[in-house]
Amino acid sequence: MAEPFLNIEHVRKSFGSTTVVQDFNLAVEPGEFVSFLGPSGCGKTTVLRMVAGFEEPSAGKIVIGGKDVTHLKPNQRNIGMVFQAYALFPNMTVGQNIGFGLRVAGRSRAEMDKRVKEMLALIRLPDLADRYPYQLSGGQQQRVALARALAPAPKLLLLDEPLSALDAKVRVSLRDEIRQIQKDLGITTVFVTHDQEEALSISDRIVVMYGGKAEQVGAPFEIYNRPATRFVASFVGTLNMLNGKVVDPKAGTVEIDGQKITLGRDLGKPVGAAVTLALRPEAAAIGGPGDLSLKGTVADVSFLGSVIRVRAAVGASRISFDRFNSPTTPPPVVGEPCDIKFSAGDVLVLGD
Amino acid sequence: MTRAFAWAGFLIGSMIFILPLLGMTEFSLSMRRGEYSFDAYASVLADPQFRATFTYSVVMALFTIVFGVLLVVPTAYWVRLRMPGLRPVVEFITLMPLVIPAIVIVFGYIRLYNTSSWLPLTGSDLGTKVLLMCGYTCLALPYMYRAVDTGLRAIDIGTLTEAAQSLGAGWTTIFGRVILPNVFVSVLSGAFLTFAIVIGEFTLAALLNQPAFGPYLQLVGANKAYEPSALAVISFGITWLCMGLIQIVARLAPKPPAQLH
Repeated sequence: MAEPFLNIEHVRKSFGSTTVVQDFNLAVEPGEFVSFLGPSGCGKTTVLRMVAGFEEPSAGKIVIGGKDVTHLKPNQRNIGMVFQAYALFPNMTVGQNIGFGLRVAGRSRAEMDKRVKEMLALIRLPDLADRYPYQLSGGQQQRVALARALAPAPKLLLLDEPLSALDAKVRVSLRDEIRQIQKDLGITTVFVTHDQEEALSISDRIVVMYGGKAEQVGAPFEIYNRPATRFVASFVGTLNMLNGKVVDPKAGTVEIDGQKITLGRDLGKPVGAAVTLALRPEAAAIGGPGDLSLKGTVADVSFLGSVIRVRAAVGASRISFDRFNSPTTPPPVVGEPCDIKFSAGDVLVLGD
Repeated sequence: MTRAFAWAGFLIGSMIFILPLLGMTEFSLSMRRGEYSFDAYASVLADPQFRATFTYSVVMALFTIVFGVLLVVPTAYWVRLRMPGLRPVVEFITLMPLVIPAIVIVFGYIRLYNTSSWLPLTGSDLGTKVLLMCGYTCLALPYMYRAVDTGLRAIDIGTLTEAAQSLGAGWTTIFGRVILPNVFVSVLSGAFLTFAIVIGEFTLAALLNQPAFGPYLQLVGANKAYEPSALAVISFGITWLCMGLIQIVARLAPKPPAQLH
């Protein structure tokens, strides 16, 4: 394994008596794309700002490329940053914005022009060098901001919710574009977002944050399919929660609303203990395949076009699941009894 | 009904504002008996004292503007960026010159900086000029600060500063290349207001015994008939020109980007 490029060690940040980040640790490999995902106020932006140098950690160490930068000023760190609000300099043209970092670094005019052209080609806006930011759309502005951050060839790229201010369509296309550029350049990137779809779709690894702590660090597949904590399970994706009681801990038998299901694995809890099981909507279906089944009644049906979302009542619990629309199969009828099938392997037993 | 009130308002306004102005202008043109002429203006413009005092005030105005910009822009920027809690205090301080009469300020100056004080500014001609410039800056402070602060409010200075920092810029570069150019229009409107104030100011210049345009206006007013009116029209012209320039500059400037949030 390569030496980590960015190393955040035991970092803590307090503002007065409130601690917003506590004992945060992360090692990012060279060329890796890591996302910080969490609700607002979880400390993700604060960690990013500490890496950028806009905030100083109350404790801990930040190492970039083998160099301790914990107490270095932001302008000495050689980091590229893209902000949610674009932050293009309104008094400068696109070309001047992109060239700003090089100009500050005292590069020659020729070198600057060459690099600005390269960057404009990279973001596929080759003809807009002489426009002013106010003449561009949001998506274009953010691409220029990306080019500006990349122009001085930084070692690390920080993206602070760069897509949040854009409309849905632009958000998806720019997201893919950012990932493509990042892969092409092989630049180590930290991306902050509160949008799970964004994080899942473009990251090598995701850090799910909550209450100033990293709840889980892992690949998107792992985060989604094997959430380590209750928070991760509920924050990433939609999840059906089923409250039950342990009947046989060794065999993994749980009773839900008088119906027994056997998961076939050790639950590690005593008989009679309360347990929460979780099931992704895509893992359940009426009369589908699967070795386990729960009987319930259809409580609600929403027709969403290509997908039909069904909510079924199993005692006090509600299970929602989606079914693809098919012109020949009519949607289930509310009040009808149903047999919900799923596999034991898809059931998550949530820790506390 | 509303229309009638509006016309009544307009008429009353005209009577107390436009009519005296028209009367004054008419009078300034009537130096030659029986016909209108620019004789009073010619007489004023030919007066070497007019030129001397006017030049003096213009130069003082320019120095005041430079000093005011260097004082106000960094202060307003820093308060907005790092000490937002101090904003009400700074706003209050900048409003003080509106409630403290110039005569009080100048007496305070003379008392504090007289020849027997620890900083005897009034002891030399240059010192007195510096003191006068500080006084002018003080009088223009409410206008200059508000103009600059409004300009800063229109841009996201926090993020722009951070963006520039992440690109390697130090404070001088950030201030000179990012902040100042983006509040330039506001600074200019503050500058024109300062100019208009300095050109017409009487109290400070008179009590510090400086050959400024204000005291000259008073002197001519006390001794001549038609020239004071001509001078007043000229002063009005200058003030209005400043206002017009503010409008033109504001219109010609590139528009800031649409603000988020």
